Amino acid sequence: MAKHDTPLLDQLESGPWPSFVSDLKQEAEKRAKNEAGHELQIPVDVVDDLLGILELSFKHGKTHWKHGGIVGVFGYGGGVIGRYCDQPELFPGVAHFHTMRIAQPGAKFYTSDYLRQLTDIWDRRGSGITNMHGSTGDIIFIGTTTPQLEEIYYEISHNMNQDLGGSGSNLRTPADCIGQARCEYACYDTQDLCYNLTMEYQDELHRPAFPYKFKFKFDGCPNGCVAAIARSDMSFIGTWKDDIRIDDEAVKAYVGGEFAPNGGAHADGDWGAFDIQKEIIALCPTGCMKYEDGKLEIDNRECTRCMHCINAMPRALRIGKETGCSILCGAKAPILDGAQMGSLVVPFVEVNADDDYQAIKDVIEPLWDWWMEEGKNRERLGETMKRLGFNALLEATGIAPVPQHVQEPRSNPYIFWKEEEVEGGWTRDIDEFRKDHQR
Amino acid sequence: MAFVSSGYNPDKPMENRISDIGPRKYDEFYPEVIKNNKGKWLYHDILEPGILVHVAESGDKIYTIRCGGARLMSTSLINEICDIADKHCDGHLRFTTRNNIEFMVDSEDKVKPLKEDLESRKFAGGSYKFPIGGTGAGITNIVHTQGWIHCHTPATDASGPVKAAMDVLFDDFKSMRLPAHLRVSLACCLNMCGAVHCSDIAILGYHRKPPLLDHEYLDKLCEIPLAIAACPTAAIKPSKVEFKGQEVKSVAVKDDRCMFCGNCYTMCPSMPLADKEGDGIVIMAGGKVSNRISAPKFSKVVVAFLPNEAPRWPQTTTVIKNMVDAYASNANKYERLGEWAERIGWERFFDICELDFTHHLIDDFRDPAYYTWRQTTNFKF
Repeated sequence: MAKHDTPLLDQLESGPWPSFVSDLKQEAEKRAKNEAGHELQIPVDVVDDLLGILELSFKHGKTHWKHGGIVGVFGYGGGVIGRYCDQPELFPGVAHFHTMRIAQPGAKFYTSDYLRQLTDIWDRRGSGITNMHGSTGDIIFIGTTTPQLEEIYYEISHNMNQDLGGSGSNLRTPADCIGQARCEYACYDTQDLCYNLTMEYQDELHRPAFPYKFKFKFDGCPNGCVAAIARSDMSFIGTWKDDIRIDDEAVKAYVGGEFAPNGGAHADGDWGAFDIQKEIIALCPTGCMKYEDGKLEIDNRECTRCMHCINAMPRALRIGKETGCSILCGAKAPILDGAQMGSLVVPFVEVNADDDYQAIKDVIEPLWDWWMEEGKNRERLGETMKRLGFNALLEATGIAPVPQHVQEPRSNPYIFWKEEEVEGGWTRDIDEFRKDHQR
Repeated sequence: MAFVSSGYNPDKPMENRISDIGPRKYDEFYPEVIKNNKGKWLYHDILEPGILVHVAESGDKIYTIRCGGARLMSTSLINEICDIADKHCDGHLRFTTRNNIEFMVDSEDKVKPLKEDLESRKFAGGSYKFPIGGTGAGITNIVHTQGWIHCHTPATDASGPVKAAMDVLFDDFKSMRLPAHLRVSLACCLNMCGAVHCSDIAILGYHRKPPLLDHEYLDKLCEIPLAIAACPTAAIKPSKVEFKGQEVKSVAVKDDRCMFCGNCYTMCPSMPLADKEGDGIVIMAGGKVSNRISAPKFSKVVVAFLPNEAPRWPQTTTVIKNMVDAYASNANKYERLGEWAERIGWERFFDICELDFTHHLIDDFRDPAYYTWRQTTNFKF
């Protein structure tokens, strides 16, 4: 028997898509029965009360959660977000209901053994409710009490060799695409670079020293499956410098209808037979391809590596062999001054595990130094870049300006010349000037 | 319930403390076939909606079944996922960036039993636990934020509207009839933990009333200068207010400068914005993150406001469904929703999608607004 009536939520149990309401209800029942015989460390009816308070929000059209308090684990300034409800008398089970962020493994590969260890801890010491996963990428444990925070941290760190993720003005838990693990488009090993930088910058991840949050995301190619270019202060997007590899026989197989274009992605549409002129050559944004006399040619120097032809004919075309990544900086969601897309800062850098990715760290560290020096409180890197200008970023990082940095050159001539750039400097003598120019 | 110690000693927090160990290393969790073929994949095919095969240089293949999931998930469900992984996939599985669950097997004969097993599992209320789909030119899972389940600043719920929208879009999750893939995202306020600003279709929670001022507590709970500095439009100023015969330090808000972002509330809990009539949903469209054919784009506001209609948000889901159907029948193959809108012109987009154009949709926020006005005589009647 449910503790609270939930007539509004109940209407979300029907329909084909997985119902979180049904799932919450099964969890509430599981806790009530406690067949595993756990010594539950937080109230048995937390999930009932979570359903109850959510039903109240559905009725009121407003949230019933308050600001977080300062809770956390000793020595860390992130990884835990305090949460309290504003109706503790009605819903005592969720009066204190803090979030813990658990750092996810690369590309979110798991074994059942690992996940069962996590669920066992969370059943005993928390609500049994999670997000798989949070927006930044962490495994999110939703709902436990303050005394359990250290206990959970102790258990995951001692028994599972597992750490918390980032929150607050920290390096947030970096996230990567599936990359070379299962994707033919990946230009570098996203998981290894992500893991290497995550480990290198553990201090930045756990102890707030930045003006605001900072996100790394790793996309193996310009398709951008983890949305790095839109969502991370610093995005590492795989690319290549040499030629797209062409398998002429496979191109013929696409033209002949033997292979379905785009890996069969359009199978349920009525698109007719594959037409290489219309679907590949005409859609190439740089017009650098031609198909004549049964032969595909690419003027690779003019190619901007948009991935369309490779996506559409994956069995015929492959990324080049001289691979690395582009680094773009400053992406963020709208708050406060509007959304920003990442801006290209490093067109190409090698992704070299053999020297511990030094070339990439040589970009990250001066950039952080500059932002920590110049950034205002709660200012994202992109906002600092906007306020101080792209040139300030180039100067701080020692990166030389190249035409690839801009969409187009400036259309106003209001150049902030520096004194050292102007012959003779700026110090002049008015008396000397007056010798030739009367008042 | 008796307190059970993990071994942690609160009197000596540093005793045996382990810290800064990071996540577990990715390759501990790879299935064998991935370990053997990493970096050597040749191509992939979508065998049917939700089922992929990747082929390696070695000739090895990996078959993936992709299932939608509510990202809000109980340990019961995670344990069930583990049982499935043990039964069919040697204990391996993964999650995608868009909250799908992927079960992987290394030979074709293992696909059918896995598929049948997944499709047979339903919640007590009747919904699928593991619907298969979300591949190719269709709609995959909606990425979203917390909403009313666990956040203090939302202007709408997250899990509720997502469930309602995915029920309506379910056929397009299960099929690949669209011109290109279509990404739907939800963020329950413009903080955008869900970063919906580059989605084909974005559902965004938005407040429309300036903050309430809890003068009695404001100075006790908040750093007034921080609340003032938090306002992007400088609408907040310090103020002395008469409260129960006493003068208290507080703030005043110039209401007509407020853009309802809630940043003040983030800094100061005595300035809540939430309101049943004020809060609701903005629909944005035409964004993308991929560099394919055209550059990544921001989503544009196409519906300024729809009310929060719990539990199923019918106006929101109807607008989305109509937009998806209009896109499906009008766009060219490979064309993303935003590329289609740009090709035909936004004036035609509003036409075809039968959306009203109101003054709210004309940008008036700072410099970039100017660049969105039409500065040519080329337009369509």
